[in-house]
Amino acid sequence: MLDIQDLTAQVQQAAATKSPLQIRGGGSKHFYGAATSGTPLMMAEYQGIINYEPSELVITARAGTPLKEIEQLLAQQGQMLGFEPPRFSDHATLGGTVACGLSGPRRPYAGAVRDFVLGVTLINGQGQRLKFGGQVMKNVAGYDLSRLMCGALGTLGVLLDISLKVIPKPHYEETRVLSASFPQMQSLLADIGLQPVPVSATLQHEDQLYIRLSGAQGGVREAIQRIGGDTLADSDSLWHNLKEQQHAFFQQPAPLWRVSIPPMAPAIPDSLYDGQILTEWGGALRWLYSQQGEQIQQWAKAQGGHATCFRNPMAGTHIFTPLPAALLALHQRLKARFDPEHIFNIGRIYPDL
Amino acid sequence: MCDAQPTREQQLQRILTPLQRFIKAENIVTSVEALRAYECDAFTTMRQLPLLTVLPDTIEQVQQIMRLCYELDIPVVARGAGTGLTAGSMPVENGLLLSMTKFDRILDIDIANKTALIEPGVRNLAVTQAAAPYNLYFAPDPSSQLACSVGGNVAENAGGIHCLKYGLTVHNILELDVITIEGERLTLGGASLDAAGYDLTALFAGSEGLLGVIVGIRVKLLAKPASARVLLCGFDSIENASHAIAHIIAAGIIPAGLEMIDHTGINAIEELMHAGYPIDAAAVLICELDGSIEEVEDELTRVMSLLEALDAANIQISNNEEEKARIWAARKAAFPAMARLAPDNYIMDGTIPRRALADVWQRINQLADEYQLLVVNVFHAGDGNMHPSILFDAMDADQHHRAEELGTRILELCIEVGGTISGEHGIGLEKINQMCLQFTEAEIQQFHAVKAAFDAKNLLNPGKQIPTLARCAEFHAMHVHQGEMPFPHLERF
Ligand SMILES: Cc1cc2nc3c(=O)[nH]c(=O)nc-3n(C[C@H](O)[C@H](O)[C@H](O)COP(=O)(O)OP(=O)(O)OC[C@H]3O[C@@H](n4cnc5c(N)ncnc54)[C@H](O)[C@@H]3O)c2cc1C
Ligand SMILES: Cc1cc2nc3c(=O)[nH]c(=O)nc-3n(C[C@H](O)[C@H](O)[C@H](O)COP(=O)(O)OP(=O)(O)OC[C@H]3O[C@@H](n4cnc5c(N)ncnc54)[C@H](O)[C@@H]3O)c2cc1C
Repeated sequence: MLDIQDLTAQVQQAAATKSPLQIRGGGSKHFYGAATSGTPLMMAEYQGIINYEPSELVITARAGTPLKEIEQLLAQQGQMLGFEPPRFSDHATLGGTVACGLSGPRRPYAGAVRDFVLGVTLINGQGQRLKFGGQVMKNVAGYDLSRLMCGALGTLGVLLDISLKVIPKPHYEETRVLSASFPQMQSLLADIGLQPVPVSATLQHEDQLYIRLSGAQGGVREAIQRIGGDTLADSDSLWHNLKEQQHAFFQQPAPLWRVSIPPMAPAIPDSLYDGQILTEWGGALRWLYSQQGEQIQQWAKAQGGHATCFRNPMAGTHIFTPLPAALLALHQRLKARFDPEHIFNIGRIYPDL
Repeated sequence: MCDAQPTREQQLQRILTPLQRFIKAENIVTSVEALRAYECDAFTTMRQLPLLTVLPDTIEQVQQIMRLCYELDIPVVARGAGTGLTAGSMPVENGLLLSMTKFDRILDIDIANKTALIEPGVRNLAVTQAAAPYNLYFAPDPSSQLACSVGGNVAENAGGIHCLKYGLTVHNILELDVITIEGERLTLGGASLDAAGYDLTALFAGSEGLLGVIVGIRVKLLAKPASARVLLCGFDSIENASHAIAHIIAAGIIPAGLEMIDHTGINAIEELMHAGYPIDAAAVLICELDGSIEEVEDELTRVMSLLEALDAANIQISNNEEEKARIWAARKAAFPAMARLAPDNYIMDGTIPRRALADVWQRINQLADEYQLLVVNVFHAGDGNMHPSILFDAMDADQHHRAEELGTRILELCIEVGGTISGEHGIGLEKINQMCLQFTEAEIQQFHAVKAAFDAKNLLNPGKQIPTLARCAEFHAMHVHQGEMPFPHLERF
């Protein structure tokens, strides 16, 4: 196995010569974010589960550990990752998952990656090995630098070991399907949202609404009475295909946009996209194909959210919604404080970051 | 005498003249008697008078104050309700204390999106009260929720009885409106579930006023569960009580709350509240289950059989809101109940892996004997967050010293078993030395580096939360037991 000494030495060497590195996990999310160049720092070999005690609801593993392996181990104990991360390939690593900060269909109801990260060990841009957070549920000693790594796309440091909170698998799950347009979905969900209904995922597309319910069987049954619709037989494959973007909707070669906004934000104007929209997260996550990236980003911003070109960006597209100048400057100062020689995954999120 | 420090009076004049141009006289406090109200938070053994206190009532005023302090190099300490337990909002010498109490409006409750936009001075409980007509509530519920501000909750990443299931403050906020030390206004996060760029909302949670002043918060609201029942029972041993915690979690049940009170705590609380706690028990466990009616009944049955197998006695289960409120009110009165036992109370906040609970609990009791002090443990057992309270009398210098030593020993113990020195109360000034036990020199330097990205002049709450390396060196030199470092295997410098 690749050892920490090796990795640290590679980072120190890169820092000394100011030569950029690209941190590589499994290459599964290669399509995501902006491209970077530099000498690859290969993480996939730095793998293995360090500690897992089901009664503690905590798992600690090395960053290169395949996500698949972690999820299989948890499943054997009736547990799971609450944020239901997409893998996009069997090679997806834990480090890449945390670095990308992507969460799946359960996110609005259970939490995002950052909500489950308890602690990390990382190598900063000076080649120092640092440990923040820990393996306990609550920890406010010092700044929460482990959550800051979530979604930073490896621009702040190399993740070595990661501790995650895990959750018990729900006892029972059932998916209901009903016909509902986008506005019908919004009014139904607004209505039931004020009651504690055990919704764990939604998908609305082409006038069909799918609602997954998870929990105690009694609670799920109660909710079904209120929601109506029919039970979907092979629901696991629906949610799997959604999470992994193997659903037919995702197969188009055009620029795919991920629009993250408040769930009850209005329908996206027709003029901004082509074809149909696919909506998850009770309305808070909307996928669409569009050539009008800038307008989509402006519209999302006006709703209090943001939009990301997830796949197939056109040349010159701002992949992530540009930040206001003062906020970008803060990002750059923060980056410089972790990575003073400017070597980690340069330009992955924004140019000059 | 030209290099003498400016006197307090001279310092005050430097800032007062420009300040009075945009802040009403009634919102500027300068008299020493009136400033006494701000000299400490709820950790009353540490006190410091500020140069002055300012109570802005608009965001523009906060920006102007920050610009002025930046220009004049005057430190700024933000203060919410002052219920902090670690001297976090204690003023710094010759610094400006920025009281956020006038920011007490709930600006919007967005029922459809289940969020609320509030000002930072709003009291924690007021959010839940305002949301109640829509069957919604704000989940973080520190025992101080009647008084503490949500701005303070964010700055401390406060927890509460229900955070085992519903998360800490960081899990229940979406967006922060903050003012930097240079007076710049930034929006962190958004109304959506994630935002572009780094997760600065998470970074701000628990940053104790060192990175910026929070002037607006968008919080998440949750729908109230259809049913919630509280179970209380006694155990005649600490071991069985600790096993109960592990067994419940291992059974795949995440209670809404899972709390523990030790023998001394039970008696202190019972004397004050007459809540019907079993006074002979070695420990009392309180477990709240919530969800749909059927779900709660199902889990209750499973929890009952786990508890009975561990010889739990005096099992009480709430049948209505009133009974539930009675059990929790008693738990939340732990602090005043302890205040009746001794003039001063030094509350520890170490968090440990649940498996170490029984062991650490017993070793804390042994340490208490060794230091001849009374320690009461009332804590969030479900997430391993211990709250041993060391009772003492600060007027007695020797007792005071022993209490501090004991506190350090307890926190070392928490680190030793893989835990942390603070689960929810924060570091402030009270636990700053123990930061040197938990983190290496390089880690502390990285913390300072993060701070510098926000506040290069180190003017925001300086001296709190992150110790200087010099301070750590001094602490390590002093904190040597009989010529030997405690726990020499721990990495330190
Ligand atoms: C053989 C190969 C050749 C490639 N050639 C190019 C190329 O020429 N140009 C190009 O732009 N891209 C190239 N890529 C993809 C490039 O490496 C990706 O942009 C990026 O590294 C995402 O894939 P990943 O391998 O890290 O996988 P994932 O595991 O999916 O990682 C996703 C993200 O997380 C980060 N990450 C992963 N592990 C860690 C960790 N432990 N700590 C911190 N951050 C982490 C990655 O840097 C990346 O940003 C190539 C990938 C492979 C496998
Ligand atoms: C009886 C009692 C019970 C308690 N129970 C709990 C509990 O169960 N769980 C728990 O977590 N805590 C508990 N606490 C501790 C305390 O109530 C919390 O830490 C609370 O979050 C502090 O809020 P505050 O408004 O009083 O903040 P303050 O004490 O005024 O300030 C705390 C920190 O926040 C900073 N701050 C305040 N407002 C702002 C702002 N607007 N912008 C930037 N920084 C700011 C201050 O600078 C300081 O560092 C308890 C305290 C008491 C006295």
